[in-house]
Amino acid sequence: MKKKVKSSAAEKRKEVLKGLRKMGRKLYGQMDKGKFPWIKMPSRSTQNIFYSPEVRQYILGDKRVRRSSRNIRHIRPLTQLVWAAYFARELAEQRKTSTLRDVYYSAQAYEVPFKDQPESNSIITDLETVMGLSREDFKVFPEERSAIFGDLTIEYTVPGYEGKRLNLMSHPDGVMIGPALTSAEFVKTSADMVIAIEKGGLFTRFIEEMVHKKFNALLVLTAGQAPRATRHFIHRLNKELDLPVHIFTDGDPWGMHIAMVIISGSANAAHLRELTTPDATWNGVWATDIVDYKLPSDALTDVDVKRLRDLRKDPRYEGELWRREIKKFLEIRKKAEQEAFSRYGLTYIVDEYLPAKLEMAD
Amino acid sequence: MVETFEQISPADFFYRNRDIAGFTNPSRAIFSSVRELVENALDASDLHGVPPEVYIRLSQEDEGGEVFVLRVEDNGSGVPARHIPSAFGQVLFGSKYKLRQARGTFGLGGTMAILYGQITTHKPVYIASSTGTSRTYEYRLMIDIQRNRPIILDRKAHRNKTEWHGSAVEYSLEGDYFRAMPKILEYLKQTAMVTPYANITFVDPKGRLYRFTRVTTEMPPPPEETLPHPYGVDVETIQRLAKITNCKNMLDFMQKHFHRVGERTAQQFLKFAEISEKNNPRKLKPHQVVKLVRMMKKFDGFMRPDASCLSPLGEELLKAGILKELKPDFIAVCQRSPSAYAGHPFIVETAIAYGGEIPKEDDILVYRFANRIPLLYDEASDVTVRVIKSMNWRTYKVSADMPIAIVVHLCSTKVPYKTVGKEFIADRPEVRREILNGIREAARKLRRFLTRKEHVARERRRLSVFSKYLPKIAQFSTELAGKKETPDIETLLRSVRKFEEES
Repeated sequence: MKKKVKSSAAEKRKEVLKGLRKMGRKLYGQMDKGKFPWIKMPSRSTQNIFYSPEVRQYILGDKRVRRSSRNIRHIRPLTQLVWAAYFARELAEQRKTSTLRDVYYSAQAYEVPFKDQPESNSIITDLETVMGLSREDFKVFPEERSAIFGDLTIEYTVPGYEGKRLNLMSHPDGVMIGPALTSAEFVKTSADMVIAIEKGGLFTRFIEEMVHKKFNALLVLTAGQAPRATRHFIHRLNKELDLPVHIFTDGDPWGMHIAMVIISGSANAAHLRELTTPDATWNGVWATDIVDYKLPSDALTDVDVKRLRDLRKDPRYEGELWRREIKKFLEIRKKAEQEAFSRYGLTYIVDEYLPAKLEMAD
Repeated sequence: MVETFEQISPADFFYRNRDIAGFTNPSRAIFSSVRELVENALDASDLHGVPPEVYIRLSQEDEGGEVFVLRVEDNGSGVPARHIPSAFGQVLFGSKYKLRQARGTFGLGGTMAILYGQITTHKPVYIASSTGTSRTYEYRLMIDIQRNRPIILDRKAHRNKTEWHGSAVEYSLEGDYFRAMPKILEYLKQTAMVTPYANITFVDPKGRLYRFTRVTTEMPPPPEETLPHPYGVDVETIQRLAKITNCKNMLDFMQKHFHRVGERTAQQFLKFAEISEKNNPRKLKPHQVVKLVRMMKKFDGFMRPDASCLSPLGEELLKAGILKELKPDFIAVCQRSPSAYAGHPFIVETAIAYGGEIPKEDDILVYRFANRIPLLYDEASDVTVRVIKSMNWRTYKVSADMPIAIVVHLCSTKVPYKTVGKEFIADRPEVRREILNGIREAARKLRRFLTRKEHVARERRRLSVFSKYLPKIAQFSTELAGKKETPDIETLLRSVRKFEEES
């Protein structure tokens, strides 16, 4: 145990309940005074999203929007927002978890139906913005699941498992980063670093090849673009346990961006904190690796090239490494998957590539 | 080989060419027969100034056969006894050769229908009529087709105790009622629409009774007879006038026989046409007649024809008729000022009806009338339909799926029919402009109505949104705040409602 636990799940729950009660009281008070209830929140329009070099992620500007029930166009979304808050309180009080899809259907029981899933998702994002908390804090989880493997002992806080401990090495497939794990407390670890991997095949290979032992690492499978719960989990590993984070993805603009979102977050989550790990590093597969390791590769498609050009304009990509690699990609017009290393034998990536890259990172 | 030439009588001519008069096939023939007799009946009543009572009965002579007996009765002016045989038994005889708006134009239709009956069944026609004198007369006639003359089979006179006036016609004809039925019913319905002061009763071969009841006894003022306008005459008309005139010189001739020509206008015209005022009209040479007609069309100093010879329905009657037959939610009517084309005066009346019992169709429903006759065929070729198609209806807030009917009534001493069949109106620029402006005027009223309707609907929706969501916000907020009682939102809802009433 290197560091004392900072944010316990119980505290988070208290914070959520307090925030929701505050919101309810404000609306109640407005109506009690004979006023049309309203809520003010930061604007999430693209004009109000800025990249902050200090925080090293996107943040919302000063522009705020007022949603008032006096306005015929606002009253429906406002009602949905208040319902979502009510629903979040029910979840917190009953210690239940839910999904975005659940939210969409649950609304129908209260006769505040959403017209489609995107509308329902957007209201949950509103609630996040108003409260300054992420939906995972409200126990609303996404469907996609990722996994973790390595020597980390956690203690559950979910009902029925309170106080139970688990070592995340106990299952060779890794442990799913679901609601229970997300809200668990970290007890102890012997790990020195976190290695995040984009693809399931490689994650399994790493476990088989005992990467966690050889490098004293926790292995995290992002399963493509990392879900927010996973990004938050990586953030906690970095902040609470002080572990450096290394990210391995496919060698193409999309893999590069998976790493970037773990590091600097996305514009969509500009209203949230604690989802980013600014000190994490992207360690491969780089464009230069394709050349240096003579990896089997595919040609970049038009879409890939366009994506690279877009990324070049993105403020998150201003660092030297990113500039260099984007330039290299555009120069060689090639991309390679993580599996491409299998050309040199199944263990090559673990025996040769990984040590070299991690050494380079130090 | 020598070609033989023979003269044929008008009756013979129509016998050989019955297609052009609307007797193409058994179903069309029965429709045309009903139509011609009903129009004669209504004309007779209009002329007499009494609200029409028209009774139509169609029965099958033998079960399942193709021979029908048609009987039409009216309470019109009646036909004087001595004219009865010619009026019903001689083609091109009638009272409609003067310039005056009437439904029929040649006095051809009624006799044509009877002629058709005779050639398909070889049975006589029965006629009863009285002009309201002390006697009524009954005739049984046949038409001598080759000589165009009536053959009187039987003639009776009865005492007229009830002072009845009107006519009754009954004869047999071959036809196909069941195929013609939709058109006949549509025709009667539309006739009722533009004749809201008439009672029309129809008993069909199955014994079904259709009754179109009048909603008013007010009738449009009867049209006055008028002289031909110089723009509208042809060489034949001038020659006939020259034959019958008793004027000694051209100056008098112009003033006496033409519409709105006074001494000054006559002098100016004759000077323009380089014709001496002193010329004797009875001695006009053919080439002079041709020149006269040509100059009449060129001269721009004639007064416009006036419309006293026309008998439009008037906005109130048109409205009453449409309300009665279409039962719409909204109606806008418009009567245009008189106008003229080629020397023929005309008036356009338009109406737009919306909602109510008007069906929702893909296209706007169009009802076309000319001199109070419904036009049921060849809709696509009619100028009215072209005008409607050319308009940008979105300007008037009209969308394709709305239940809308447009009524256009054209009355004129000479309706510009495109064909002999009298089914659709030709695209004359003057007529087209009036129809367009008339529809536009009514459409503007419709737009005001639709805008208001939209507004009311929007406000209603608004209120329902507030009363749906505010209580929910109150309920959820109460739970969130941990309070026991929900806040009072009635004041808020009232304020929304109050806002509605103000606006």
